[in-house]
Amino acid sequence: MLVWSRPARWALWCAFGALVAVFYGLPLAVIALASVAGEWNGIFPSKLGLLHYRMALSGDLRDQIRASLLTGLGASAAALLAGSWAALALRAHTEAVRKWLSLAFFIPSAVPSVSVGLGLLVAFSQPPLLLNGTTLIVLVAHFVLVFAFTFGNVSAGLHGLMPEFELVARSLGATPGYCLRRITLPLIAPQLATAFSLSFALSMGELGATVMIYPPGWMTMPVGIFSLSDRGEVFDGSALSILLILITLVALLVVARLAEQGHDRR
Amino acid sequence: MTPRLHAAPLWVLPPLLLLGLVFFYPLSLILAQAFAPGTGGVTGWEHFAHILGTPLFQHALLHTVQIALSATCACLLLGTVLALLMSFVPFPGVGLFSRLIETYIALPTFLLTLAFTFLYGSAGMLNGALVAALRLDAPPLDFLYSMGGVLLAEVTAFTPFVLRPLLASFSQFERAQIEVASSLGARPWHIVRRVILPAALPALLAGGSLCLLLTVNEFGIVLFIGAKGVVTLPMLVYELAIQEGDYVSACSIALVNIVISMALYLFYKAVLGRLGGALAGLV
Repeated sequence: MLVWSRPARWALWCAFGALVAVFYGLPLAVIALASVAGEWNGIFPSKLGLLHYRMALSGDLRDQIRASLLTGLGASAAALLAGSWAALALRAHTEAVRKWLSLAFFIPSAVPSVSVGLGLLVAFSQPPLLLNGTTLIVLVAHFVLVFAFTFGNVSAGLHGLMPEFELVARSLGATPGYCLRRITLPLIAPQLATAFSLSFALSMGELGATVMIYPPGWMTMPVGIFSLSDRGEVFDGSALSILLILITLVALLVVARLAEQGHDRR
Repeated sequence: MTPRLHAAPLWVLPPLLLLGLVFFYPLSLILAQAFAPGTGGVTGWEHFAHILGTPLFQHALLHTVQIALSATCACLLLGTVLALLMSFVPFPGVGLFSRLIETYIALPTFLLTLAFTFLYGSAGMLNGALVAALRLDAPPLDFLYSMGGVLLAEVTAFTPFVLRPLLASFSQFERAQIEVASSLGARPWHIVRRVILPAALPALLAGGSLCLLLTVNEFGIVLFIGAKGVVTLPMLVYELAIQEGDYVSACSIALVNIVISMALYLFYKAVLGRLGGALAGLV
């Protein structure tokens, strides 16, 4: 304990509470409030109701939710596969080679998302790979942006793995594929789950690259929220934001729970 | 004989080739476009130099650096204050607060600017309250649609990234050192300055360099605030490419942005590498 006097401690706690409330409590609270507001002329909103959520769950906005979910799930699944593959394959290499290759795998997370979008736009607007204007280019962009996170998480998991389990399995005659399926992957299941949920959360909120490349008909939720608030339809934007927050948090919580259960079972 | 544990080295090729196609190939095209020769016999270098000489680029660079440095300093300050209180003056329920702050790491940054419109915008709650309380004719606060709004949003968004390494570092701090220092008569502020903060220097460095990387590349907040006078490098890339269709200029500016960003990233990785241990898991 750093501060012994009781009044001083209370003063510090109040200051802490106020700081966190103003910086981190208020923003979420106010978006939630705006999402149910009918009008907002005075200090507080009036005519509260679920109108904006009804809007969000029908028509155009529902398509945005669908696009975001499919993009998030698809890109995260692809990144999980490629990231795990890369992390597993790197184990066969010497320390020096591994250092350079893992730098190559990490570099995408160091490039600003707008530039990733620009690069894809330049690269895939010309033959032989004409992806510009397709749904696939959005998936590719999200894949690039989340890949380093899946790779990093899976690598960290493999790094903490004791080699004995795999060695024993192999010396008892397990094939490499069997060993991977029954020993290695189950042992790093928590990291695989974390990698997937982090990528999904990241993809759900991605704006910089998506706004550069999204084709008509595949607008994701962040781009939708931007265009709503740009047009002044801030209450609909807030409802869509709350849905985005809920989807992201539910995904994180569910996967955290799954990882925990997997951990208990062993 | 021990069986060969790992797959053949060539297994690394499929993910590497995939990343080459969707990431390194586009990156190389940005480089090529940035140095593409202009019209009328202008060489690629001259063209590139010309774009870097325009006030448009120089203002964007200046704004980016200004915002990144000030936001990072403010994040370090706020993060240190919060982390000190959470670690060394804890109270029951502090976990709830820390989970609320952690949540922001997973959420998109632009949500903050949307919230700020309702809180601090010209028709927002704060201005509404001030107008009602002081019987004013016009909203008194007008900082949101300017550099101030961008800074406030970025500080809020990125302080959690400073908080994380700091909390990890403080949790390893030997509590007996504080007891000893206070029994020798040191005041709390003195202990913080002379004992705790020096030990947390690597964590501050890690959090600060990550913050610089994130603030230099931040796009959502700047786009949502939409202040005419506040254009950063990523914002300029977006405006040139999407609104004006000028890919060559966009690629030149993106290239500068990428180089700055990679330098900051390598610095951050180097700091993390030095720290090892408790902070190694942070990406």
